[in-house]
Formats: sequence, C-alpha cells, structure tokens
Amino acid sequence: MADGNGTEKNILEAVQVRKEFGGLIAVNDVDFVIPHGSIVSLIGPNGAGKTTFFNILTGVYKPTSGGVIFEDTPISGLPPHKVTALGMARTFQNIRLFHNMTALENVLVAMHSRLKGGIWSSILGLPRLKREEKEARERAEELLTFSGLPGRGNAYAKNLSYGDQRRLEVARALASGPRLLLLDEPTAGMNPEETANFTDFVAKLREEHDITVLLIEHDMRVVMGISDRVTVLDYGEKIAEGLPKEIQHDERVIEAYLGTAATA
Amino acid sequence: MSNQASSQAPKAPNKGSSTLSSWRASYRRYRREHKWLGWGIPLAFVVLAFSYPWWGLEGPLSFIFNDGLGIDNDTLFNMSVYVMLALGLNVVVGYAGLLDLGYVAFFALGAYTLGWFGSGLFAQRDVHFLDTNAARLPGIHLSFWVVVLLAGAVCAFAGVLIGWPTLRLRGDYLAIVTLGFGEIIPDIFRNGDDIAGHNLTNGVRGVTQLDRPGFGQTISDATGGILPVRYTSLELRPWYFTVLAMVLIIIFVNLRLRDSKLGRAWIAVREDEIAASAMGVPLMRTKLWAYAIGAIFGGFAGAVYGSFINGIFPVSFSFQISVIVLVMVIVGGMGNIWGVIAGAMLISWLNFRGLDKIGERISDIPGVSSDFSIAKYKFGIFGALLVIMMLFRPEGLIPSSRRRAEFAEGEGQATLYDARA
Repeated sequence: MADGNGTEKNILEAVQVRKEFGGLIAVNDVDFVIPHGSIVSLIGPNGAGKTTFFNILTGVYKPTSGGVIFEDTPISGLPPHKVTALGMARTFQNIRLFHNMTALENVLVAMHSRLKGGIWSSILGLPRLKREEKEARERAEELLTFSGLPGRGNAYAKNLSYGDQRRLEVARALASGPRLLLLDEPTAGMNPEETANFTDFVAKLREEHDITVLLIEHDMRVVMGISDRVTVLDYGEKIAEGLPKEIQHDERVIEAYLGTAATA
Repeated sequence: MSNQASSQAPKAPNKGSSTLSSWRASYRRYRREHKWLGWGIPLAFVVLAFSYPWWGLEGPLSFIFNDGLGIDNDTLFNMSVYVMLALGLNVVVGYAGLLDLGYVAFFALGAYTLGWFGSGLFAQRDVHFLDTNAARLPGIHLSFWVVVLLAGAVCAFAGVLIGWPTLRLRGDYLAIVTLGFGEIIPDIFRNGDDIAGHNLTNGVRGVTQLDRPGFGQTISDATGGILPVRYTSLELRPWYFTVLAMVLIIIFVNLRLRDSKLGRAWIAVREDEIAASAMGVPLMRTKLWAYAIGAIFGGFAGAVYGSFINGIFPVSFSFQISVIVLVMVIVGGMGNIWGVIAGAMLISWLNFRGLDKIGERISDIPGVSSDFSIAKYKFGIFGALLVIMMLFRPEGLIPSSRRRAEFAEGEGQATLYDARA
C-alpha cells in the first residue's frame, strides 16, 4: 500500500491549495495526495471544507492559490468538463441527476467527452456515428447492470428510488471513463445493508476496473472499512492524515469531532 | 449493489380526463403494434401539405385558408415561415432551455442579408452570380439559394457573437439581455443608412426590389417548366412549396440533432448546468451550438420572407414577433417538434387569417356593428390564450413525453397553479 511519500506514483497531487470566499478561508493551504490504485477518504465535521476541496479538484472552483496536478497534468483553473475529459469523475452530495432524462440518457450524457460524433455526422446520420451510438447504448446498459440497475434504463431518473438514484449517480460518473472517482457522501441516507453493499461495490471498482477512489464520508464504518488512507479536515485545515487506525486515535481528530471537553 | 429498494413509480393518473388518457393509452398501444405509423403519419401530413393547393383552395377547408379571391393566398406561406421560426426557437428554448426574447433579431438579419446580397442596395457595385433577374441590374445579385445559405451563415456568426458574452448568464438575466439584443438589432438597421458615410440598410425607407428565387432558364427548360425560371408575385405555389421544403429540411435537422449527443447535452444543460459540466459537457460550446442553430433557421426564414414580401423595413421586425414565436413554442409544446409545428400553425393562422374570418362571422350577427374587428383585440386574445394554456395545459398542446413527465410528477411543485388549495 502506498504511503504517500513518493515510493509509488500518485494519481493526484494537490499542493498548498487555498480557497477564500471573501474573508472566509474555506480551504487553508492543504497538501494532499492520492496514490494510484488506493481508496482515500476525506473526513471532517460539517463545514470543514470537504466539498469545497472536492469542487476545487474537479474544476468547479478555481483555487485562490496553490495547484492541483492530475496524472502529471496541472488542472487547477481548467473548467469541469475538461477535468472530466482527462479522467476524473464525481458524484454529488445532494443528488444532481438529470431528473427528466431516463437512467440510460443520464449515463449517455456522461459519455459526452468519449464520443467522437460531431454535429455534421449527426445530421447526416453517418454509419460510423450510428455504430458509435449503438455501442454507447450497449455500454450504458452494461454500466447500469454493473451498478445494480439492470433493466431500469427507460425509467426517468426522478422516478427511481433514493438508493437507485445514488446508484445511477455512480453509473453516470463511471460512464465518463474515469481513472479517479470522487464520491461525495455516497452512502448518505442508505440503510446499513445498502451501505454494506455499497462498500463492497467500491472495493470491486478498484479491483476489477483499476479505479482510484476519493471518498467524502461521514459513516465511520465505511471509512474505516475500506480506506487505505484517511485525511481529516477541520476549518479548512488538514489536521491529520494517515492509516485509518492511526486516525481513530489521533487527539486532534477526536477534539475536532467531539470538542475540547472530551479530551480534557 | 442489491436492487431491493427499487420500485417502479406508478404512472400518475391523469385526473379529470380519464377518457382522454384511455384514448391516449390505446393510441400508444396501437402505435407500438403498428410501427409504420411512426413514419406513416408524418408522411401523410407532408403529402397533405404539398397537395393543399389542389384540394384545399375549394371545398370545406378553403374557409380556413383562402382569402376568397380565388387565387392562391399568402396565409399558408406566412404560416410556413412562422413554423420555420418556431422550430428554430424550439432548439434554443425547448431543447437547451435558454429563454430568448430577441429571436426576431435573426429573422431580421436573415432578411437584411438578402438585402445586401440580392438587391440593388449597393448600386455602385456590379456583382452577379447565377441570379435570375431578367435584366442585368446594378447592385450585388447572388443566386437566391446562395443568399439563403449566406443568411444562415451570417446569422450563425451573429448568434455566436451575441451568445459569447451573454450565454454566461442564466435564466432571467439571459432573457433580459436577449430582449435588449432583439431591440438593438432592428435599431441598427433603422440607423444603418449612414454608418461612417456608408448606406448599409437604407434606414427607415428599407430595402425594396429584392431578388426572387428561381432556377434559371436552363434548369427550367430541362424540367419542362416545373421548376420556374423566376418566382413571381402572381403565382404563389412555388413560394409555398419552397418554404415547405425548407420546413422539411429544418424538421429533419431538428430530429437528427434531438437524438444526437448534442441533443442529449442540451437537455442535460437545461436540467442541471453544474452536473452537466461535471459529466464532461462543455457548457459554452453546447449553448452556442443551440444559439447558432436557432439563428440559422431564423436566417433562412428571414431571407425567404424578405424576398416574398419584396421589401424589408426595420418596423417589420418588432418585439411582437419574438413574443409571438415564443407563444407558438409554448402553446404547442416546448421541446416537441410536432407540438411546436401545431402551435405555430394555430397561432399564425389566427394571426393572419383566422381572427379576420371569425370577426367576419361575428359581424354577420344581427345587432353587431359591421365594422367590428376582432383583429384589433389580437394581442389580448393571444395573451388570454397563453394564460388559459398555462392554467389548464402548461405542458403545451402536444408535449414531448419528457415534458409531460416534468409536469406530471414534479417533486414538491406538483402543479404550477392549484386552485383547490
């Protein structure tokens, strides 16, 4: 297992990333690496800056200072669609599916940067394009099945159950062909059985598809169960980093979660 | 992952119109069992539309369209032009969800492109390319068909130029800026008779004596005169067939784009910009394409309309046109080509013919003044129609299945209007 100290290649490196909103420092000079092939968790109390940090990595925000390097390409300042095209995909904390599109269409949209068909070949209906569309649809069906939504392709996203919507978010993210997958609180609102299933699913992603995973998560069973490394943010600062069992006993982490009185 | 939590959400019952919904259900079943209806019904409409001059000018339907003078009238031509406009705006508003209140700008620009490349406006120039004028007139005269394509190109360029700064805005802000452009562009044409000493638009006097479409002597002879040498203002059938062909091309492009990668991206952008962008959809480029394609169709319509009425004046391109085309899209069913066509035909018919006809009938009633004119109340009637539609059928006359779903079970916002609450 990688230790982050440079023996193995890192898929993503964030150097001194800082984000200010007016006077508020949401992310304060955070250094962060994700080793290739690992599952890394980002935890912290509410408002710690986790999602902001996520948004910086995926291009939604431009960092105030600092830089992000994805597979040797500097990506800070790139718009989200270019980051996605490079091979990084995400899900959203509050589900952001295209509600009035079918599950299959949701997945197809995410293939946008992988499909070559241009506007003229679409209008002319070239055979090459028809073949590409057919393959894309088959691939989308496969992804839906893989993510636990077999045969649900024609259902509108908003008509899916909550758990299925979460699954569809993951299927959609996978459709963009990522090598790094960022999951923002994927098990929020899931029952223990669904959560356990999801944990297995993430492990399967890494083993069978060679996808590195960055996870924001509140459920400590998930975090401690599957993470190779855990990073803890509090008030925008990185307060701890290490193996799950080290984090569990880190005083600053306990303090951040439970308050100072608990450690006194 | 297991799938135990999933359950097919039941179809929302269409309250209050069970007969209608059962008809719709049985029609859908019939459609599924008879695949040929998918192309058969549109084909039947195309045949009906093309053959109208032979069966429609007399008989029961002549009341609807004919002006009673016994010659082909321009109602159908105008209706077809508005169908083109509505289909163009449908790409922008219906597919990509960008509220454009200045669509008339592209209609005007298309018409003025004809003024530049197909009239005697620049009389000091002497450029001719396959034009069908009898005499060698002064000015720039390109073949009408070339000018139509040029109008599309000019409008696409203008669409991108206008869209580049404005499409960063969302929702209401975009609507306000497009409203501004819709006002600015006719103003530019109005004041364009002295731009640094050059007369580019002939100002309020407008451009007249525009070139007409035609196929030239050689092609006309080769087809035994079926394709006319040059269209005239006396024989309106060629004009009608020309716009009908243009409408068909636009429908075809619309359909192909709707089912393409770009069409999916438009809907995704309309649904959730941030999610679309995170899934790899380039927002700016996707929106600009919608704008440019809408503009191209508007430009086509402008060029053929300008040629037909043989005069282009700044006052012809008022804000009212933007609104009326938008009403057509909304009343017909945003995002659904067939709905938009139906909406455009209904509203433009009322606009050009129907209200006059209805007014005549009302004047015939004893006791009603003979100079009663219902057309005076046109905009009041359209406004009322829009309000009634929003109350009772906000998804439009013929909505797309997506849009019907949108209004059927919107979470937390079940209906736009709830009188019973």
